[in-house]
Amino acid sequence: MTTDTPTIVLVGHGMVGQRFLEALAERGLTGTHRVVVLCEEPRPAYDRVRLTSYFSGKTPEDLSVTDLALLDAHGVELHVGDPAVSVDREARKVTARSGLVVGYDVLVLATGSYPFVPPVPGKDAEGCFVYRTIEDLLAIEEYARTRASTGAVVGGGLLGLEAAGALQGLGLTSHIVEFAPRLMPVQVDEGGGAALLRTIEGMGLSVHTGVGTQEIVTGDDGAVTGMKLSDGSELATDLVVFSAGVRPRDQLARDCGLAVGERGGITVDERCRTVTDPHVFAIGECALAADGRVYGLVAPGYEQAETAAATIAGDEGSFTGADLSTKLKLLGVDVASFGDAHGTAEDCLDVVYSDSRAGLYKKLVVGRDGTLLGGILVGDAEAYGTLRAFTGSVPPVSPESLVLPAGAGAPAQLGPAALPDDAVVCSCHNVTKGAIRGAVTEHSCTTVPEVKKCTRAGTGCGSCVKVLGQLVTAELEASGVEVDKGLCGCFAQTREELYEIVLALRITSFRDLLDRHGREGARGGEGCEVCKPAVGSIIASLAPSIGASGYVLDGEQAALQDTNDHFLANLQRNGSYSVVPRIPGGEIAPEKLIVIGEIARDFGLYTKITGGQRIDMFGARVEQLPVIWARLVDAGFESGHAYGKSLRTVKSCVGQTWCRYGVQDSVRMAIDLELRYRGLRSPHKLKSAVSGCARECAEAQSKDFGVIATASGWNLYVGGNGGATPRHADLLAQDLSDAELVRLIDRFLMFYIRTADRLERTSTWLERLPGGLDHVRDVVVHDSLGICGELESLMSAHVAHYRDEWAETINDPEKLARFVSFVNAPDTPDPVVGFVPERDQLKPDLPLLDIGLRRPSEDGRRDDRRDGLHGGLHGDLQDDLRDDLRDDLLEGSTRR
Amino acid sequence: MTLAPETLAPRTTDLKVQLRLADGWFTACDLDVLSPGRGVAALLPDGGQVALFRGRDGKLYAIDNRDPFTGAAVLSRGLTGTHRGRPFVASPLLKQRFDLATGACLDDEAVRVTTYEVKTATYEVKAATHEVKAG
Repeated sequence: MTTDTPTIVLVGHGMVGQRFLEALAERGLTGTHRVVVLCEEPRPAYDRVRLTSYFSGKTPEDLSVTDLALLDAHGVELHVGDPAVSVDREARKVTARSGLVVGYDVLVLATGSYPFVPPVPGKDAEGCFVYRTIEDLLAIEEYARTRASTGAVVGGGLLGLEAAGALQGLGLTSHIVEFAPRLMPVQVDEGGGAALLRTIEGMGLSVHTGVGTQEIVTGDDGAVTGMKLSDGSELATDLVVFSAGVRPRDQLARDCGLAVGERGGITVDERCRTVTDPHVFAIGECALAADGRVYGLVAPGYEQAETAAATIAGDEGSFTGADLSTKLKLLGVDVASFGDAHGTAEDCLDVVYSDSRAGLYKKLVVGRDGTLLGGILVGDAEAYGTLRAFTGSVPPVSPESLVLPAGAGAPAQLGPAALPDDAVVCSCHNVTKGAIRGAVTEHSCTTVPEVKKCTRAGTGCGSCVKVLGQLVTAELEASGVEVDKGLCGCFAQTREELYEIVLALRITSFRDLLDRHGREGARGGEGCEVCKPAVGSIIASLAPSIGASGYVLDGEQAALQDTNDHFLANLQRNGSYSVVPRIPGGEIAPEKLIVIGEIARDFGLYTKITGGQRIDMFGARVEQLPVIWARLVDAGFESGHAYGKSLRTVKSCVGQTWCRYGVQDSVRMAIDLELRYRGLRSPHKLKSAVSGCARECAEAQSKDFGVIATASGWNLYVGGNGGATPRHADLLAQDLSDAELVRLIDRFLMFYIRTADRLERTSTWLERLPGGLDHVRDVVVHDSLGICGELESLMSAHVAHYRDEWAETINDPEKLARFVSFVNAPDTPDPVVGFVPERDQLKPDLPLLDIGLRRPSEDGRRDDRRDGLHGGLHGDLQDDLRDDLRDDLLEGSTRR
Repeated sequence: MTLAPETLAPRTTDLKVQLRLADGWFTACDLDVLSPGRGVAALLPDGGQVALFRGRDGKLYAIDNRDPFTGAAVLSRGLTGTHRGRPFVASPLLKQRFDLATGACLDDEAVRVTTYEVKTATYEVKAATHEVKAG
């Protein structure tokens, strides 16, 4: 394509490249320029920072940071798997590997870096890897699974620890070999390194510091068997990952004569323009910035991307250096460093708090005048967001009180309210406190997700989200914005508050609650369709503990239930219901399958296998429900609660019993969990699954609580979701025994039931909750609120009082009387509920809305067909229809 | 309200719910099958269906049982509530709310369901002498 439109060519599509494209779009440059991207990797930009999260369940797709639709909308031409191979600066043309030649007006190099592999003998042997791309990860995973039981990582820096964590996650015995005398030598000092070392060794990883790798030893087949270390020892290992730092990828620049630094990196000025050629820019890890440094962090890369885009647009903008603050969770340990972490400034002082037993190390670097210059936090980086934002200023309280743990001395709770407006809260996107306040005051954002969307704060590494939440709340309060958090027009309280009221005052009646605690104008009224089921659910969740009946159709509770709960079945579009018996873990004996088949056949029900490994029978009229349940209960089935905001199913894969890969009995665990939590009413439905190995055939990570077997127990994931907004579950705890697993799930579910909003799935709850996953982990794993005992006893009360609602209903004549289509004609079926054949079953015959109600006299087939199902179940017309269906099917098959 | 002395306190089981159709009062059901906050459906002589409700204050309401948005006869199975002092039922299918007294849809002013006049009466006794007005 040739055109007069000026062309921008971007070489490299990593996180910084993507950010550059977004910056172009924001500045309208995509409208005035043709933009061509050459990307070496087979996939568009993804989140390299979270590469390791692939092993805790993220898929390559989850890691993507590219909105392809957006690129498309802006006409960006993205060529993946087609790297640039040469640049002709004279002719201003780039040639890609495929032979594609693109002319440019502006060339932007964002080629990133490559892993540095020390030049030791055997470094290219089979079993040696680097840790940089998703492809590297896939290769390590494959090799670890088939050929390795021990792995060693060369390099104990940030990426090295990530890689070691990944190896351990793959079930390998893992070693870390670091040349420096401590782990993470760049970020932390000796004390921090020591705290880190103890914690990491406590996790079962072997750390070898102060030793270098001299040679990779291979076996006869050429594959790695071990490594020789500089202290003369030899370490046996089947796999080696080199993670000893990165180097700028500047070969393309060198080849076309652009100036590069002595130790690599394309030399650029403060506008990120190469010093050699004004038509060429370099950004990210391949660039040697004006301050003489190559930045390996994503935040400075983003800033360079913005600078380059601004320069191209003719705007102001410069990059003169960046903050190297980082907060990471490595192997579950919080590690953060910010500002002048090593205290290089003249005359500065250290404030250190160290607790070896708890693996805590906190150091603040303070200037003579009290200015906070930097710091290191290991083991607890809670205060990172606030501290980093205060860096460069004198904090309003003494530095000592900022590092002391709560309870020791006089702890200072320094809220973000004390921050100045120009303090940077989100360093990934360089968002100041002032901008966040503006989002609330000027852009009317009232929630953290809205502010995130408006300012991009918190959408990078996420370490500032907690501070963000505090700021938003403080700002809303300060600006006097009344945010009515009430459940509905009847209650000014949130669901969580109503839960606490019901539990504390043991209120078992909705009317009572409404008349005593409802909004002024709503007291004495009927409530509404929002609060009635919500309160009904709270009462049902707490029933055994507050002395309410656990049976949802009892007394006033019946009137609170949504129609599905009221009829213990799922209302379908024509007014008929579907019936789902519980099939725990998806395991079902042939006899029971036959019973379901017989019932479906006898009542003329449409059957479909559900996503939750059970069978749904559709098309039952309300008066048929008790008869169907009676047959099911008789055969040993019970309600599957498919109609309730309650536990649905616990899916399972076949597990160790049959599967050659399985490492635990996933079916048994799924059945145990399903039977334990069946009937538990909750703010929304609950789904679960248990996988017998890391292949995850049960898709546990898309569930509210998912369990994946490991060689030594179970990993528990929470907050997953499928549906319209899929979310992979987060790992809550690892390698749990059966009892530990059940106890944690008990606590987790009860904490969710207690604090979630109405109709808030665990995934959105986890996102909304201040502190998110970390907070939930603190509460349910570490019992930070001291409520775990109560949560457990609430759950055991539920388990002890569970009764099958179907059995209870069919044995209660008074309740049964409600299961009629017409109160004045209990034997007459609802004539609106009709069916027509489809494939070899039935489907609803929907009334045409503009014609209105069709009467039985107008369409005899519809009501006659299913006539007398209470009695014979085999009306002639029913048989006729079935014959028709069979004929249709046979005809169909001969045609095929 | 005039009551014969011997039936001064009619038991609720004796009370019937009646609605006015084109050709007179139609007895739909016993009052005590209507529990507050929950409806029932009744079949009309012409094959139509009516949804009957009873508020916690004892007031009775009758509207067409057919949900105009889906065509299914399900309004009797919806949840009732109060919205700005008006009693309503929310369709159990797509949750549109209907004013029980006027039939107006609160979520779509172009839509309205039929309402019926409704009262209680003691059974098998002439309404003229033993009528108990609802509410």
